[in-house]
Amino acid sequence: MSAMTLSHHAREASFWRVLETGACYLLGFLWILPLFYAVWMAVHPPAYEVRFELLAPLTLQNFVDAWNAAPFARYFLNTFALITTILVCQFVICTLAAYAFARYEFPGKTVVFMLVLIQLMIMPEVLMVENYRTISRLGLVDTVLAMGLPYMASAFGIFLLRQTFLTVPKELDDAARVEGAGPLAVLLKVYVPLARPVYVAYGLVSVSYHWNNLLWPLVITNSVTTRPLTVGLQVFASPDQGVQWSVISAATLMTSAPLLIGFLLFQRQFVQSFMRAGIK
Amino acid sequence: MKKTNNMVVPWLLLLPATVLLAAFTHIPAVMTFINSFYRTPRGNRPARFVGMDHYSSMLSDPVFMAALKNNAIYALGTVPAAIALSMLMAIIVNSAIRGRALMRMSFFLPTVLPMIAVANIWLFFYTPGYGLIDQFLGLFGFHERNWLGDPDTVLGSLMMLAIWKEAGFFMIFYLAALQQISPTLSEAAALEGTSRWYFFRRVTFPLLMPTTLFVMINAIINSFRLIDHVIVMTRGGPDNASTLLLYYVYNVAFRFWDTAYASALTVVLLAVLALLAFVQFGVLDRKVHYK
Repeated sequence: MSAMTLSHHAREASFWRVLETGACYLLGFLWILPLFYAVWMAVHPPAYEVRFELLAPLTLQNFVDAWNAAPFARYFLNTFALITTILVCQFVICTLAAYAFARYEFPGKTVVFMLVLIQLMIMPEVLMVENYRTISRLGLVDTVLAMGLPYMASAFGIFLLRQTFLTVPKELDDAARVEGAGPLAVLLKVYVPLARPVYVAYGLVSVSYHWNNLLWPLVITNSVTTRPLTVGLQVFASPDQGVQWSVISAATLMTSAPLLIGFLLFQRQFVQSFMRAGIK
Repeated sequence: MKKTNNMVVPWLLLLPATVLLAAFTHIPAVMTFINSFYRTPRGNRPARFVGMDHYSSMLSDPVFMAALKNNAIYALGTVPAAIALSMLMAIIVNSAIRGRALMRMSFFLPTVLPMIAVANIWLFFYTPGYGLIDQFLGLFGFHERNWLGDPDTVLGSLMMLAIWKEAGFFMIFYLAALQQISPTLSEAAALEGTSRWYFFRRVTFPLLMPTTLFVMINAIINSFRLIDHVIVMTRGGPDNASTLLLYYVYNVAFRFWDTAYASALTVVLLAVLALLAFVQFGVLDRKVHYK
């Protein structure tokens, strides 16, 4: 093999390598493009929606217009109330159930566990017809509680926490019990602290799920005082409303901003949380 | 005394979860099934048993047939594309390429945003003539198109959005799986002079298979569950060309208030999900240790 063909091969290989790297960056760029574009529309006057000039004047007017066009402050408050209620209840309810599945033997355990897992397949919004009926019988239509209630006993949360509790050494449990601690004390002193990273992971997944959830809140709410951001945005940006695109973009970014900022700040934890939640 | 205590404690722990699950998952599922055999009560006309009437009228309901067909196309189109792309993304992000963190962020960001928010942005992309896609295609001499107003392109347009939104989410699962693969495998392959494509085909891809099955099931479930973009962008139109099954249920139940027929439609949806559950528990059981 002569030196010339060798360098020829090397050059060919590096050519393909460069092309491949270029394709990777192109994919990454294409993926972020829609968001860049939304930002572009939101910070420029409407005249620059499709005119891309580097020195186009910047403005925050679109955000001001969006904020004034709909009661977004109220929607923020509603979403905040919704995710707090759901998260607190999910933590309590799922922790208790997961503990029972991880550390107790009782007749029917397997069957009950299987019944719980059904919810992984059949999410509450699929059963919205009957769930709406149930909520209206309870007289809870158009309340924050109604938006959260069907999601509070989450099969995903129970499953995730049970898997974690199973890895806690039985000796720690026994030691605490010998010292006279009851089931709840053992749970709080031994299991919950050891599962802290899993709570963070589950919390992030749950918050982003419910911040983004539209269908069930859309069905069950009908007033400004309960609507979360997603439903508010849907009402605000309906095509027949004649709102300008730049204002819609501003509203869209504004309503996603807390999640977006949270994601950018805690990117590593976010990705690891979703990974942890996915591996099981 | 000790014995009874041991039996009572677990049930007390399970009580809140089981009550809520029964109230919002199991009982509604059974009631949906029962109600699908009755007529919707209206005014002074009570519910009456009608047997299989709803199911037989379903067969001659063109909207239902369209929804079923659309949903099948939607699932068959989005799921493989999202799987292939998410696998590619994970391999890119897991490689030694510069700017990995930025790439990972770019792929994952659409997942964090609400579907309704990104649907609004994409709605503008698809605007005939004025939107970004027509402006771009116009550079190459293509005529403007009404992407969301044309029955031939509307479903494909929604599918593009769904793939863009979901691929980054599934990337995470592949990334987790790739990091479990021992680096000695690729080192050995590199020593042997194995081509990277061959290595992917014979080593990486088979090792990712359990993840692919998991992702596939979840992607299919999502294709039947997530209809936010249909509500925002097309409302099922034009001419039901983008109506998905759950969107049709939503329409029948909360716009026409025919809850009994909506129940029968839900039963079809439940049957599809049950089939998926069967596949998941049957095939995936060995990998995901439910014990």
